[in-house]
Amino acid sequence: MHEITLTVNGMIRQVEVPGRRLLSDCLRHDLGLTGTHVGCEHGVCGCCTVLLDGEPVRSCLTFAVTVDGHDITTVEGLAARDGTMSPVQRAFGECHGLQCGFCTPGFLCTVTALLRENPAPTEQEVLEGISGNLCRCTGYQNIIKSVHRAAEIMAEERRADADSEQPGEEIV
Amino acid sequence: MKPPPFDYHAPRSLGEALDALAEAGEHGKVLAGGQSLIPMLNMRLAAPAHLVDINRLSELATLDVGPDGVRVGALARHAQVERSERVAAVQPLLREALRLVAHPVIRNRGTVVGSLAHADPAAELPAVLALLGGSVRLARPGVTRDVPAADFFVGPLESAVESGELAVSAFFPALLPRSGTAFREVARRHGDYALAGIAALVRLDDDLRITSATVACVSVGPVPVVVDVTAACGHRPPATADWASAAWAVQDRVDPETDIHATADYRRHLTGVLAEQALRDAAREATGA
Ligand SMILES: Cc1cc2nc3c(=O)[nH]c(=O)nc-3n(C[C@H](O)[C@H](O)[C@H](O)COP(=O)(O)OP(=O)(O)OC[C@H]3O[C@@H](n4cnc5c(N)ncnc54)[C@H](O)[C@@H]3O)c2cc1C
Ligand code: FES
Ligand code: FES
Repeated sequence: MHEITLTVNGMIRQVEVPGRRLLSDCLRHDLGLTGTHVGCEHGVCGCCTVLLDGEPVRSCLTFAVTVDGHDITTVEGLAARDGTMSPVQRAFGECHGLQCGFCTPGFLCTVTALLRENPAPTEQEVLEGISGNLCRCTGYQNIIKSVHRAAEIMAEERRADADSEQPGEEIV
Repeated sequence: MKPPPFDYHAPRSLGEALDALAEAGEHGKVLAGGQSLIPMLNMRLAAPAHLVDINRLSELATLDVGPDGVRVGALARHAQVERSERVAAVQPLLREALRLVAHPVIRNRGTVVGSLAHADPAAELPAVLALLGGSVRLARPGVTRDVPAADFFVGPLESAVESGELAVSAFFPALLPRSGTAFREVARRHGDYALAGIAALVRLDDDLRITSATVACVSVGPVPVVVDVTAACGHRPPATADWASAAWAVQDRVDPETDIHATADYRRHLTGVLAEQALRDAAREATGA
């Protein structure tokens, strides 16, 4: 057994795990964070995707011991501390980007990272960005809409923030 | 669908890693990005007694770019190499091929050297190394050796890495002036392993005539199949080269197998079509370079 420390959604968590414990199982079984879903356990479906130091990775293809000392964000950590859903979460709700919701945690984590890196993706970039996540329900069209809508919400919020930070200043 | 138990080793330095691997011998395996090894463990297709995790060896997360080529350290992830502008400037084929490797999320973890060591005949990077005539540097305590690509790929999922050895880096030669490269493949879905794929390299002389044309084929043999088609193209400018003969020459040389994804005939057909396309693309690039 190995004693490891992870920062999960901003909280420091210590767990004892065998070497073979997958990060997905560590999150779900050891830490009780069942928002991270497990579909295929060989990297194909994407629903176990979490953020490792901000970058999306397959938690089913990562050993918990390997990421000892690192920072993990799961779907439970995407909303603000007061419970306000993140722009990506709101967009998925608004655009019906989910039906049964099984694939949704993986999409939300993947898209959160995608939009951080590329705040205004083209259609092609959205397709490429979510190509590693499978959804058996939606037919993807509403997921693609949700990604574009999330980008819009984030842009609106950035504009609103900029306006409130510089009251009275003129934009040159 | 859970990995079998193993002893986990987390070396903090290259020396410690080599010692751990030497001690484990044939019972040991290297864990790099885990994007091929962990699926195999989950499906119980592999059951090593010892796993030596190299993810803490930041000294191996290197990219050395020089005028003669790119040396990629064992912990350089696909995404890191794909994003590097310096790498793309010296050897553009790496970025072009990496964009066809799995999905962006897999590329965040998977390593270039791990992909070479894994030696999947359906993988893109072994074909790139074989086409360019690169090499892989292998180490065990006190001994380092460089294995040229032609000797590195031994069979399906079998490379020249011996038990107890660590692949520390791989070297991809630079693109020379008046040369061009291209990668073309067909997969069922974007990001899947290719049904067939071609990496091509074309060199021109000062009069812009073809002096060499080579392809490396993916998914149509136990290892990447390198075919020299210089003679078939003819010592001519790309516009009048005999690309169709070159494509035939490639098709004749490969010996694909039928599986649930495609028949042998279909793979051979794709190989010919893709060879012609990739050679034309590479020649176009060479003309502009
Ligand atoms: C869904 C999915 C789709 C994929 N699609 C593609 C694709 O289209 N094309 C493609 O090329 N790949 C694909 N891959 C595989 C991916 O590119 C892997 O990252 C790569 O093959 C292996 O790199 P890794 O660092 O993850 O190695 P690991 O999985 O850690 O190791 C793989 C093997 O190589 C050995 N090894 C690794 N590093 C070393 C080293 N430094 N020295 C000695 N031995 C070593 C390991 O012991 C193991 O046997 C896919 C993977 C998944 C999960
Ligand atoms: S459960 Fe990890 S990719 Fe399917
Ligand atoms: S919403 Fe059901 S799998 Fe995507």
